[in-house]
Amino acid sequence: MTTGSDYPSPPHFRKPLLDTPFHDRARALSQNDQFVPWSGYTTVDVFTTVEQEYFAIRNAATLYDLTPMVKYRVTGADAERFLNRLVTRDVRKLRVGRVSYVVWCNDDGHIIDDGTIFRFSPEDFRVCTAERQLDWFLDSAIGFDVAIEEITSQVAALSLQGPTSAYVLKRFGLEGVEQLKPFEFREFRSAGRDMMVSRTGFTGDLGYELWMRPEHALGIWDELMAVGRTRGIRAIGSQALNLARIEAGFLMPNVDFVSAEHTIRMHRERTPLELGLGWLVDFDKPHFNGRRALLRQKSAGLKRMLVGIDIDGNKPAHNALLYASPKDEQECGFVTSAMWSPTCKRNIALAILDAPHFDAGRRVHADIYLHRELVWERRMVAATVVERPFFAPDRRRMTPPADR
Amino acid sequence: MGSTRTKEHDVIVVGAGHNGLVAACYLARAGLDVLVVERNDYIGGAAVSRNLFEDFTYSNCSYVCSLLRPEIMRTLELPKHGLQIIPYDSGCTMMRGGGHLALYDNHDALRREIARHSSRDAEAYDRYSRDVMRQCKFIRPLLLREPPDPTSFKPRDLNELLYLGARFNGMGEQRMYDTLRFWTMSAADFLDEYFESEIVKAHFAGSSIIGTALGPRSPGSAYVLLHHYMGDIDETVGAWGFARGGMGSVTAALTSSLRASGGDVRVSAPVDHVLVQGSRARGVVLESGEEIRARVVISNMDVKRTFLNCVAPEHLPEDFLTAVRRFKIRGSSGKLNIALDGLPSFPAIPAGSPAIRGDMHITDTLEMMERAYDDWKEGRWSRAPYVDMLMPSQIDPTMAADGKHYMSVFVQYCPYELADGPWTDEKRQAFGNTVIDAIAEHSPDFKSLIRHAEIRTPWDIEREVGLTEGNIFQGELTMDQLLFNRPVPGYAQYRTPVKDLYMSGSSTHPGGGVMGAPGANCARRVLADLGRVSA
Amino acid sequence: MSRAWDTIVIGAGHNGLICAQQLANAGHSVLVLEAGATVGGFAANRAFAPGFHAAVGAHLVHQFSDKLSRTLELERHGLRWAARQLATTVISADGQLRIGGGQVDGANAKDVAAWRHLAARLNRFSRFLASINATCPPRLGTASFEDRWSLLKMGLRLRLLGKRDMREFLRVAGMNVYDLATDELADPLLQAALGMDAILGSNFGPRAPGTVLTLLSRRAGESVTRSGYSIPMGGVASLSNALAMAAQAAGVTVRTDAPVAGIVVDNDRVVGVDLIDGERISATRVVSSVDPRQTFLSLLGTQYLDTGFVRRVDHFRQRGITAKMHLALDALPSFNGIQSTQLGDRLLVASSLDHIERAFNASKYGEVSANPVMEITIPSLHDATLAPKGQHVLTAIVNYAAFETRDSLGTARDRLFSNALSALEAVAPGISQRVVAGEMLLPADLERECRITGGHWHHGDLAFDQFMMVRPFPGAAQYDSPIQGLHLCGAGSHPGGGLTGLPGQLAAERIQRSAS
Repeated sequence: MTTGSDYPSPPHFRKPLLDTPFHDRARALSQNDQFVPWSGYTTVDVFTTVEQEYFAIRNAATLYDLTPMVKYRVTGADAERFLNRLVTRDVRKLRVGRVSYVVWCNDDGHIIDDGTIFRFSPEDFRVCTAERQLDWFLDSAIGFDVAIEEITSQVAALSLQGPTSAYVLKRFGLEGVEQLKPFEFREFRSAGRDMMVSRTGFTGDLGYELWMRPEHALGIWDELMAVGRTRGIRAIGSQALNLARIEAGFLMPNVDFVSAEHTIRMHRERTPLELGLGWLVDFDKPHFNGRRALLRQKSAGLKRMLVGIDIDGNKPAHNALLYASPKDEQECGFVTSAMWSPTCKRNIALAILDAPHFDAGRRVHADIYLHRELVWERRMVAATVVERPFFAPDRRRMTPPADR
Repeated sequence: MGSTRTKEHDVIVVGAGHNGLVAACYLARAGLDVLVVERNDYIGGAAVSRNLFEDFTYSNCSYVCSLLRPEIMRTLELPKHGLQIIPYDSGCTMMRGGGHLALYDNHDALRREIARHSSRDAEAYDRYSRDVMRQCKFIRPLLLREPPDPTSFKPRDLNELLYLGARFNGMGEQRMYDTLRFWTMSAADFLDEYFESEIVKAHFAGSSIIGTALGPRSPGSAYVLLHHYMGDIDETVGAWGFARGGMGSVTAALTSSLRASGGDVRVSAPVDHVLVQGSRARGVVLESGEEIRARVVISNMDVKRTFLNCVAPEHLPEDFLTAVRRFKIRGSSGKLNIALDGLPSFPAIPAGSPAIRGDMHITDTLEMMERAYDDWKEGRWSRAPYVDMLMPSQIDPTMAADGKHYMSVFVQYCPYELADGPWTDEKRQAFGNTVIDAIAEHSPDFKSLIRHAEIRTPWDIEREVGLTEGNIFQGELTMDQLLFNRPVPGYAQYRTPVKDLYMSGSSTHPGGGVMGAPGANCARRVLADLGRVSA
Repeated sequence: MSRAWDTIVIGAGHNGLICAQQLANAGHSVLVLEAGATVGGFAANRAFAPGFHAAVGAHLVHQFSDKLSRTLELERHGLRWAARQLATTVISADGQLRIGGGQVDGANAKDVAAWRHLAARLNRFSRFLASINATCPPRLGTASFEDRWSLLKMGLRLRLLGKRDMREFLRVAGMNVYDLATDELADPLLQAALGMDAILGSNFGPRAPGTVLTLLSRRAGESVTRSGYSIPMGGVASLSNALAMAAQAAGVTVRTDAPVAGIVVDNDRVVGVDLIDGERISATRVVSSVDPRQTFLSLLGTQYLDTGFVRRVDHFRQRGITAKMHLALDALPSFNGIQSTQLGDRLLVASSLDHIERAFNASKYGEVSANPVMEITIPSLHDATLAPKGQHVLTAIVNYAAFETRDSLGTARDRLFSNALSALEAVAPGISQRVVAGEMLLPADLERECRITGGHWHHGDLAFDQFMMVRPFPGAAQYDSPIQGLHLCGAGSHPGGGLTGLPGQLAAERIQRSAS
């Protein structure tokens, strides 16, 4: 466990955040110097403008530095059993070479985090998480023959997303990458560099995630930028990605829900059922953390649920409280993520609504505050509960993708 | 006895420590005529800034301002009266053999720092903070409330019990169990549920033993750990830090606030006894024989000193006196105040680290702390003591001349009574040397920088400040002496068996530390009894 | 050939046997599976030298309720008493003192009066605690009427102590025995006697807050019997044998030499157990008198449990620090200043509270006490069958020995044995020459011999944070578990260890309530 007492330079107490292996390129391309901390690393929030970066996701190809995503290697005879008890999906069904989006819960069925599981072999997995999980994973490993190792800094990762991403990868030299189906991954070798490519992403669009050794990071970045130049490739920051993920209906930890391991106040935790992730919960598989509590909740019915809403007008409903009727004193919910969707041309949001207001088709009202030239204005705007995702183009699933 | 009669005050407060002053301030603001009488020729009790050597300022008793309730600072307008709290970042624990653990404010820096010792502990720290915060959140509102008498059927007590019950119940089942366990377990057991690294456990266990006659393995010590955390929570940014100008600034601001409300403090006015007539307190008689009359007397002295020294036993029920005698106020801490010619070097701490600007501890394992406690049990000071040192002059320019430094050194454990006979000058010096040697082990130039060192044993603190056994909390913070048991079951509501005599010191709920809550609670009780406001 | 049982009880210790008997009485078909060759567990017989017999753990019966004895008709099932109402003699190198039958001999009048006064008060508190100990702990914060009613009753009983006693109870309950004893008593031996009662079998020194709780808990157990300190004919194991007979008479099948490999679960329900030899036995319910850690982590397996629950299991403190010594003596030893008639007493070797506290210090650092404190019996004085003719058995509970020793187990064992003998020698000069055989069972040995994780006398520390609704830990404190049909009935459950039978009895009651 001990990592020794040698100090990095500069020491952590002067520079608490680490640079990712792509930092030099990110720094060079950043026009605004807008960096944000992410899991102990410093990453770019916006390179140029959010709009340019966002439209590149939906129209061309984008590179996003994914390195800070926390990664664990889970190996051992009980690795599958351990993961199957940890997460709510059935890991036994995950084939080698496939990726699965999962959530894991505490005893009360409250979500601790979400992430992805990659299966490399029957006994070798990688788990990518939003936040550090070693404390929970190791306690969850009591009684299992399993080794868990954090490998975040050993694996550099890039997300290549957008309609031209498959084309860029082919140009880059990854023969057969177009055959990868969604949630599949494969090892590739290009110009002497090993790389793992998964057809995954956080944009709801065609896209891939590239996993490589840190020493190859800059070379791969440079080549991708070079071969993608004619296909409109550009580096994007977290803000543009956040817009794409709302359109795709994906949840962001600490925005749409808070980890049950972090809450101090009562009733701030959320179950997967409440977050509309019931499809991730497999009650037919062997016991998993939170199963009994989730069964109880399932039979008792939900008191609240996270849903998509479509709001009248075009004013993003950031942080808005929601009311069943504009005259109500007591709110029936609140918005967790909101945006004007440039692609859908809809004013969309993710919101937590109390029962029974979360049923699709229900009308609620959003209390929107607008800051306009230092004056706050208020709008009570009608909204409709709608299905997620808001945006789901066919190209995200098409295999092979369009060749251009 | 040449007693002179002076005018009658509404309230006399005996002892110008912070709680007495807080009580006096609240009462004066309510329009009462309040006089605080103080035995020493300076104000402040154990919250003082003293110039004992050249132009160094010593916070020679209490040394950080972590618990002072923000509600009190605000109501009494202490900032207006000159109180400035300066937060300090960081802090560290130094181990024998040269290693250290620093506690950095920045979460990522802290995680990487703890990960130097254990990557698992670095993450478990978040769970630890969460659980401690959950307990703080439950307990914090109780600090400024009067504990109910669980044996009483009075509506007020029943209501308060219901309030507590409802609050507890509101936590939800699992957290209720967590709370039950937390209040009763040992710091060592509590920390074992989070951490694997000895140094990480030792660092956090430090606050569980400060000021108490418990070891980190004693059940109940986890609560003491919380007691020191209370100030360190959300919505009170800047509550944990140095009082600019030393701890005397707290009591100076209180005095100024008191005077602005029409009250006053008389120093060099040692009280001989509380004047009791017809089973009511009517004032105090000073050692000089002077009699000062008042409708209400508040004793800010600890419960033993109040009732065993200053109230004639015939006014007190025998049961009460027995309970007071059995109240545990144990001297367990020593203090060194050191004037330094320059900033000592600590080779274990990397250059540029802010760790030396905060509280620096010397210890490395729970075992070392527990053995230090074993020494105390045997009536000797710890041979390898737990040391908590701070050099506020690095941050507060008023404490020493440029380039010079004041170091406050808090030492656990040091007994009030030694097994081998009374304290002597030689023994005091030997105790001081033990501590100085312990620090010098981590700082090669430390000894050569010492210009002056004030060494204070529990015996000295008692003699000078008047705290029984020199106990900084005016009574142990054990289960049998908390809430409705503090200081005496049935008398936990600031009242005493003598009508119109009240208690405001740390012997009462919620206990010690420069918190001010006992004083504020006492004032509220007095005002309610006088019909001024409802309790 | 295998049939399906209503209930399987794992472990034929006294709690397992009592639980089995009660369930059989209520109409269950019950099978008790015992890993060892005999019943009794911690109260089994141990022939530690040819012809010499001792109880492996508990060597006195003092908390077994008279009512339960009658209900189980233990006398009909062969239980006979070799000695009852033994007095306690406290011995140090400087003197001795005898407590028994409400009398104290050897202390001054003032202390005797103080002792009586204190004992009367403690007895009132103990009776209150006994009522709590005889109740299934309620859960907190539930909407269940049963839980709320149980809490309310507890509050009412506390109120019924009267204002004065209630106040005093709420104060002393959280205290340490060191302060209580020194506040009330002056005689160091009398103080030591109180201190020993608080720390025997527990993991604390007398200065640890919470030791008044362990003292009251012990006295609560003693308040339900008029027999006082007793020794059955044939040793404490005879109690276990009588319990087994009672269980069998109620229709229970007891199988020894049948170690359980695991509890079998299907769809979150218990369906039976697997034995080590591969045999599977079906049952709709499994009740484990095995310690909680072993039950959940080894026999059940964490794959059926949630991580938070496993964390709590893992945090349950159950490292024993109490050892047991057995000596075979070729003749009756003589103790300083003690008449031979007194040798049959319960003998406490402890000179003062500080002595106990110093002995405790060692256990904090992975060591054994240099000068241990002991509770001693010489059962062969009451029952000649326990030793060859003219010879004697001395059994001693020896405090303290760390569970994880810094030295090798062998070194620590030898050292504690020699330290204990030296301590004995100080009060009984020449006793070493009488020793023909002897053994010291460290907590680690007790773990191995009695299959109790940590070798803890009470399956886990008895302390406020492991008491009542948090014993052994939330989620299993009502003799239930997260798995349907899996229950606990051992000393790890409320109200804890000691030969009380209460955990077994309360578990049986709970199971019947939840079945109906």
